[in-house]
Amino acid sequence: MSSKNDPTNTFSATRRKLLMGIAALPAVPVLASTGLFSTPAQAQAPATSAVNTTGLAVTDTEVTVGILHSVTGTMAISETGSVQAEKLAIEQINAMGGVLGRKIKFIQEDGASDWPTFAEKAKKLLVNDKVAAIMGCWTSASRKAVLPVVEQYNGMLYYPTFYEGLEQSKNVIYTGQEATQQILAGLDWVQKTKAGKTFYLIGSDYIWPRTSMKIARKHIEGHLKDSSVVGEEYFPLGHTQFNSVINKIKLKKPDVIYAAVVGGSNVAFYKQLKAAGIDLNKQTLLTISVTEDEIDGIGGENFAGAYSCMKYFQSLDNPNNKDFVAAFKKMWGEKTVIGDVTQAAYLGPWLWKFTVEKAGSFDIDKIAEASAGIEFTKAPEGYVKIHPNHHLWSKTRVGLAQPDGQFKVVFETPDLIEPDPFPKGYQ
Amino acid sequence: MFADYSLAELGSIFVMQGFAGLILFSVFVLMALGLAIIFGQMGVINMAHGEFMILGAYVTYFTSQFFLNYVPGLFGAYFFVAMVLAFFAAGALGMAVEWLMIRRLYKRPLDTLLATWGLSLILQQVYRSVFGPREVGVELPNWMMGSISLTDSIEVQINGLFVMGLTIAITVAVALLMYKSAWGKQVRAVVQNRVMAGAVGINTEKIDRYTFGLGCGIAGVAGSAFTMIGSTGPTSGQLYIVDTFLVVVFGGAQSLLGTIASAFTISQAQSTMEFFLSGSMAKVLTLLGVVIILMLRPQGLFVIKVRR
Repeated sequence: MSSKNDPTNTFSATRRKLLMGIAALPAVPVLASTGLFSTPAQAQAPATSAVNTTGLAVTDTEVTVGILHSVTGTMAISETGSVQAEKLAIEQINAMGGVLGRKIKFIQEDGASDWPTFAEKAKKLLVNDKVAAIMGCWTSASRKAVLPVVEQYNGMLYYPTFYEGLEQSKNVIYTGQEATQQILAGLDWVQKTKAGKTFYLIGSDYIWPRTSMKIARKHIEGHLKDSSVVGEEYFPLGHTQFNSVINKIKLKKPDVIYAAVVGGSNVAFYKQLKAAGIDLNKQTLLTISVTEDEIDGIGGENFAGAYSCMKYFQSLDNPNNKDFVAAFKKMWGEKTVIGDVTQAAYLGPWLWKFTVEKAGSFDIDKIAEASAGIEFTKAPEGYVKIHPNHHLWSKTRVGLAQPDGQFKVVFETPDLIEPDPFPKGYQ
Repeated sequence: MFADYSLAELGSIFVMQGFAGLILFSVFVLMALGLAIIFGQMGVINMAHGEFMILGAYVTYFTSQFFLNYVPGLFGAYFFVAMVLAFFAAGALGMAVEWLMIRRLYKRPLDTLLATWGLSLILQQVYRSVFGPREVGVELPNWMMGSISLTDSIEVQINGLFVMGLTIAITVAVALLMYKSAWGKQVRAVVQNRVMAGAVGINTEKIDRYTFGLGCGIAGVAGSAFTMIGSTGPTSGQLYIVDTFLVVVFGGAQSLLGTIASAFTISQAQSTMEFFLSGSMAKVLTLLGVVIILMLRPQGLFVIKVRR
């Protein structure tokens, strides 16, 4: 606790100031443990002093968490869904009585699509607001900026996006897939069902596509029988002209186009593929970067026939997902679509709640320790479990894009795939 | 790399590659024309050019929605209506901006850079607040999608042809307006010597406003056309701004002919290199080439003598 908030300072002041101090600092353990302010309903909830020994923003009735995403700037397109999902999860948890008898209150900060801003806001949330957990970040760059902050100030970050792996931290729970979970099963499937022997890899030029393609290439060349990579291309972020590479693809005639193009480029790529007469119903295309969110911009008719490899699709047919989709649409409107990352973001607050309840404490160290083995049986994607490496066990699924912008699930791994952020033989 | 292919295959690829270069050329000209007028003729560094384009794209989106919901029978023709509306919407916004902001900055051209950059941020956030942060998908009429097969392996994109036609039409219209009409003569007079033009009775303020509006209007039409090949979202304008400035500066800011020549050079270089190298390398080499040429010829490819 910083000296500014130290209650002993207030005690030396006038009586009036003392009272104000008490009002302003309801988290002071001495007062809370006496049970002076607790109502009968909260009597069952464990005392704040017991569940919060490190001075987090936990009172007898409330616990504060942070939401840290971009709602302005380039990334707002992608991160809006995550914010909506996290707010929905928090609302649902509160309706069920909260966490350890305390309602979740959230403080939302805007990362503004700017990585230093993410780091600064994370520090603000941890140091000034003393949040018990942060649900946030989207791009790898923003996570890399926030990582040293949550490690230094010992916070807990729930990170929703599928990403390139090669990272593991006591202070982060990765609720999205790491690269091997998203890539390997999908490639196995496409080789088996589409007799894919030749692959053309195409992606945007930054860390996630490059790492993913490296893993894909190793898998194709080393683990798939008689398969080869006939082309590998990267384009600068924001590239909008793909006619040359489309000609190259036409020349090489690959069995499978394997794509990880992101952002505005994504839209241009699929529109131009369609215009160039490449019919995705005949040419197999498997992507790891298009969810229902992206199809909104691409246009369903331009993407129909392509395959996407994810762990979640809005069309998943299970009771958990039906409830989730209905609740999401009720809160955010009939027209909203739910992509893979949005679902992963929804898992964050729930997994945190279960971990806190298992640990019986809001303390970060105890949560970090208790995380391994936490299960969420009501997850929209079915069932997830936290691995000791702080990633999730989850299934890999392949969806066939429909003209209405939804996916038809055509494949799903029978078992949960073990997360392997540092895959041997793929680096 | 060509050993494995037959002569016919190679032939058709070269034809299609040439066509890809021409499409890119048209796109560059269309992007750069509006800016060539604003930056080249007026000397205003308009960093918000991309946002005017995206306004055109949004107008197109809403027009398509309107046609889809109220007059589905005429959906095939909505794009032409959308382009006209995009021109007037972007043009009107441009004139408003000129009146509120730009006209106070003619004597400080470098400050326009900062002011219009701020404007671009404001516009992006306005689009985000009003139209939502997600990208929207603009539906095209059926006749504009797909391609015409000339032979078995040569296919020509219809929307590529459309962009080319549009580019030619707009370029001819702008050239006629600037070099054949009385209004164009006045614009050029103001560009060459603002004080003198005022002295001989030209209403320079009015000329400035309409010139800026015209540039922005063309940006709106370009944005409308680009819904066929790119994305429509609050920040999509940023995708085009660098290439646009590149084309205009490389061509020599004051010359429309220079803009066209530079668009041709850059697009052909880039599309050819993209075919033989990877996308990122092609971009690096293109930029490197432009930098070297600008070091040797700081004025750009074509120069018109202007008395300052």
